Amino acid sequence: MAETRPGATSRVIRWIDDRLPFVNFLNHELNEYPTPRNLSYWWNFGSLSGITLVIMIVSGIVLAMQYTPGAENAFDSVERIMRDVNYGWLIRYIHMNGASMFFALIYIHLFRGLYYGSYKTPRELLWIIGVIILVLTIATAFMGYVLPWGQMSYWAATVITNLFSAIPLIGPGIVTFLWGGFTVGDPTLHRFYALHYLLPFIIVAVVLLHLAALHRHGSNNPLGIDSKGPQDTIPFHPYYTIKDLFGLTVFLLIYAFFVFYAPNFLGEPDNYIPANPMQTPNHIVPEWYLLPYYAILRSITFPILFISSKLAGVILAFGSIFILFFLPWLDTSPVRSARFRPIYKWVFWLLVIDVIALGWVGHNPPEGIVVTVGQIATLYYFVHMLILFPLIGKLERPRPLPSSIAPAAVGGGARLSGAAAPMAKS
Amino acid sequence: MRQHALAAWALAVVLLASAPNLAAQETPPLPHQQWSFEGVFGTYDPASAQRGFQVYKEICSACHPVKHLFFRDLAAIGYNADEIKAIAATYQVTDGPNDQGQMYQRPGRPSDPIPGPFPNDQAARVANNGALPPDQSLIVKARHDGPDYVYGILTGYKEPPVGFKLLAGMNYNEYFPGHQIAMPQPLSDNAVTFADGAPGTVPQMAHDVVTFLTWASEPNLDDRHRTGFKVILFLVVAAILFYAAKRKIWAPIHQD
Repeated sequence: MAETRPGATSRVIRWIDDRLPFVNFLNHELNEYPTPRNLSYWWNFGSLSGITLVIMIVSGIVLAMQYTPGAENAFDSVERIMRDVNYGWLIRYIHMNGASMFFALIYIHLFRGLYYGSYKTPRELLWIIGVIILVLTIATAFMGYVLPWGQMSYWAATVITNLFSAIPLIGPGIVTFLWGGFTVGDPTLHRFYALHYLLPFIIVAVVLLHLAALHRHGSNNPLGIDSKGPQDTIPFHPYYTIKDLFGLTVFLLIYAFFVFYAPNFLGEPDNYIPANPMQTPNHIVPEWYLLPYYAILRSITFPILFISSKLAGVILAFGSIFILFFLPWLDTSPVRSARFRPIYKWVFWLLVIDVIALGWVGHNPPEGIVVTVGQIATLYYFVHMLILFPLIGKLERPRPLPSSIAPAAVGGGARLSGAAAPMAKS
Repeated sequence: MRQHALAAWALAVVLLASAPNLAAQETPPLPHQQWSFEGVFGTYDPASAQRGFQVYKEICSACHPVKHLFFRDLAAIGYNADEIKAIAATYQVTDGPNDQGQMYQRPGRPSDPIPGPFPNDQAARVANNGALPPDQSLIVKARHDGPDYVYGILTGYKEPPVGFKLLAGMNYNEYFPGHQIAMPQPLSDNAVTFADGAPGTVPQMAHDVVTFLTWASEPNLDDRHRTGFKVILFLVVAAILFYAAKRKIWAPIHQD
């Protein structure tokens, strides 16, 4: 199957390809695309995210056919979908839990990039485009969460849009502009709906850029060294198509478990109470995937110089993502993979623990020990990014890198020049 | 008596809204009940759900609507078409306008939503000292540990412990956040006579009405559990096949 050449099979395809090299393009990028032979299952999460994005768009379009984006009707229209639309409950639970799945996937994808130094030269733009996807996804998810117009929807919208009021002078004006009125209301819901429908297609466009940048230099790999020749790579198809397909079914098993047996486990019960502007919930919490940012936002309980505590919290919460854009230059180590970085290998896990701690802080009411933990964890996050990354790169003595992927991956054998050849049989 | 109950409810709503710190006071862990709808193969017990509907109709519906339910939905808990018609016909529904431009009353039909105790929210507020008795058709999904919580509230009425300051018009409830609940104990022994001979005890009524309200919150649970089992089975088989295919395809790479 790897032997197939476009044009050989059909004169029609050859005719089209001569004018628009579409088949040739697909063959080049999906079939024979040379991929490092040693990618682990941690490399499944990019394609899984892409597939989940498609699931979200398809289920979202179907929901949009039944949903009414008005403050009077939104909540009831969601209940109509749940009760009276054929398989409406299934589509909605797929979409609702799909948001959580998508974040889980891209967070794992991001931490995989952090561990194996996938952001380092020549893949800086690939990384930056990925961070742009993260920012767009957060905006999309937030606006989608507002649409059912439950209590958490309403108050999340109120809290988050109010963040902009911290900006000096123009802040309050911006908030009124965002709301389309003097409070979160019908115009806010309508515009969030329009944008929630628009943004995923922009995400698709940016994902295509992400893929274009990826295919320029190909995937990084667990060793973090460049391919030295054909013995280091295998064609994408069938090796990684089948590996991705297996990974996909395992992922879908977990996804299906949530959809069918714990559909509301990841959500807040309060969102099944219709939005009530007159009654604030006891405890406003965002969905789990935004908890770390929320913790950073609330951790600044004191003014810093002339900056109010609220504005400082907003700056740091946005900054925690913004700082990722500069990671390729903050990390001064020339070695990509943490496998060969004796210090970073351990420090990486401190960041994982730190982010989980921030999530725990964001979930709990800001009282007592929670505040202290939140402040320490926030401080650590920025110390890790701004001090540890540059410093470790300078201080650390990396272990010697293997000379090529092939011997390291297979333990000595070098008969690999025709990696695709054995596949011609099967 | 009923006015008194409604006023008490209004107080409860106001108190709950204005005193978030009360919620922080300790409540014992909710005792866990055995529910028929739990677990991968869980389904609603139709007999229990029907008894629960009777409890709702005869007691809860005095104050609480079930806005998202239609009479036709009752088919899912085992009522047949004639029974549903008969149940619907016991309600009066406002329809119209007719040819003369007038709204008019007519007996309910299976296609109607189940009417609530009040014609609109304002009427409910006027009758309840300004508070709105919450809709019950999503109550179980709108609370943490919904089924156990609602059961806990319905069975958690007790004499206040010595030294506990109970405000006027309030009742002591073990599982209510802050323990002060304005709704007087709604269930009492033999308040409902079940046609199938089930005992009219408070725990029995509470269990049945929670089954009914859980169904009202999540009417597609049976379908969801059944479909999910097939989907998961399919995916397990697919995963095994893909894993075997992956092993076979990669064999030459791993051998080298």
